[in-house]
Amino acid sequence: MADAITFTHVVKKYGDATVLNDLTFGIPQGKITTILGFSGAGKSTLMKHILGLTRPTSGKIVSLGKDMSELDELGLREFRRNFGMVFQYAALFDFLSAFENVAFPLREFTKLKESEIKKKVESLMQAVELVPESWHRLPSELSGGMRKRVGLARALALEPRIMLYDEPTSGLDPISTQVVSDLIASTAAKNQDRKLTSLVISHDVRASLRISDHIMFLERGQIVEYSTVEGFKNSQNPIIRRFLEL
Amino acid sequence: MQDVLKNYVEGIGASILGLVNGLGKFSNFAGQVFFWAIQPPIRLKLLMDQMYFIGNKSLFIIGLTSLFSGAVFALQMYLGIKAINMDSIVGPVVAISLAKELAPVFAGLVVAGRCGSAMAAQIGSMKVTEQLDALEVMGINAHQYLAVPRVVGATLSMPLLCGIFMLIGNLGSWLVGVQVLGIDEVMYFQKLSDFMTLSHVAEGLIKSAAFGFLIGMIGSYHGFEVKGGAEGVGKGTNLAVVWGMVTVLVSDYFISSFLTKIL
Ligand SMILES: Nc1ncnc2c1ncn2[C@@H]1O[C@H](COP(=O)(O)OP(=O)(O)O)[C@@H](O)[C@H]1O
Ligand SMILES: [Mg+2]
Repeated sequence: MADAITFTHVVKKYGDATVLNDLTFGIPQGKITTILGFSGAGKSTLMKHILGLTRPTSGKIVSLGKDMSELDELGLREFRRNFGMVFQYAALFDFLSAFENVAFPLREFTKLKESEIKKKVESLMQAVELVPESWHRLPSELSGGMRKRVGLARALALEPRIMLYDEPTSGLDPISTQVVSDLIASTAAKNQDRKLTSLVISHDVRASLRISDHIMFLERGQIVEYSTVEGFKNSQNPIIRRFLEL
Repeated sequence: MQDVLKNYVEGIGASILGLVNGLGKFSNFAGQVFFWAIQPPIRLKLLMDQMYFIGNKSLFIIGLTSLFSGAVFALQMYLGIKAINMDSIVGPVVAISLAKELAPVFAGLVVAGRCGSAMAAQIGSMKVTEQLDALEVMGINAHQYLAVPRVVGATLSMPLLCGIFMLIGNLGSWLVGVQVLGIDEVMYFQKLSDFMTLSHVAEGLIKSAAFGFLIGMIGSYHGFEVKGGAEGVGKGTNLAVVWGMVTVLVSDYFISSFLTKIL
């Protein structure tokens, strides 16, 4: 299977600190890949590079067949529409209702009629199992788990080719954690035919082992382990063993 | 003793460096806002929302302060001028003061306090909850989406508010001067039309637009500069008010001396 994203000798330095240290890897298309690692390992920085929000100090990033270094500022903005991103705390626009948050990308980037937008948003809301009573509430009136779902629906609105999740379950209770990770898996399954690629950043080992196809473990900007879930579970690397026992 | 002096000098040095650094960042921010103001799309709805928000937040206070500033100014003028039997001059003196200084400056202070702070708070809390990142990830520039409508909205709203301040201020002046103190009404309006010119009004309106522009820039800037959590938002809100008000008062002198030359 082809890779949706490839990093080749990517280095990122902030001043003297090397945050990404010579990373070379590929993220397979149509699969769920999870990047695990402790806080400060460089996970979010890696994701920012994929979106072109920051550029590498050296090395090459190819995303959906496009060399990111060839894109200028406006080109990058266009390019980012291939991505849907779910943020750690959902990052819903606090001045818009749940419904309007999901409608937002449709209003900004499509020429759909009001009735079509309504239909589309409703089906997205149903896909993330959000009950109609909460559709017209403001984000501040929703629980953490509900906000995550709205964030997921908003990220899916433009039918992205790659879904990015930054710590999707942190700060949630055990039940919402289960629901949200199941949603990540079911979203991937439903979009299997169009080869949706999912990349999840997490430090939740159990959920990751359950839903992922591949797992990468990052520490101090370097890949410690990168394999299938089975390979990861059986890894003999002492760092991974310690992490699995947490 | 030497240490105290050394610390003192170093303290001053650090503040100056901080100010220069801040000015550099602010210019960079202003450059971004200018650049994105002229890129498509033009977001009229957001602009209207901002103008409505600014009017809504400040109209009542502006109505109240303008009525009483006009009234008290008329009273003080009357007391000062009555002795030399020139009480009918109260009308134009108050009107010209309102037009050139009181209306733009007071309206500026109200909008800086009510709206500059709100801009910093809104943008700042969006920043700490990653909403700005969410815009950027969707390919929407946060400066264009958030700062541009606020800066343009404040620039366009301020002359309206300033004009309202002038009108109601003169109403206060007329109430006290003519109705309470008994200045002859015909003379009051006669003198008003003799001395008052359109350029007085124009000076105030242009100045108020400049204040609105600065307040919008400063409020948005301190929102974008917020770091950390809720605490950072509070700090940014405070900075927006303080710098907004100081900037209105300081720039008033420079804009006035410039405008008197060209008007
Ligand atoms: N813009 C930046 N400037 C300087 N250092 C940064 C910046 N962004 C991240 N870092 C540093 O890079 C390291 C990795 O950060 P991050 O990618 O956020 O880690 P993670 O998401 O794995 O917790 C941290 O030490 C962080 O302080
Ligand atoms: Mg992170």
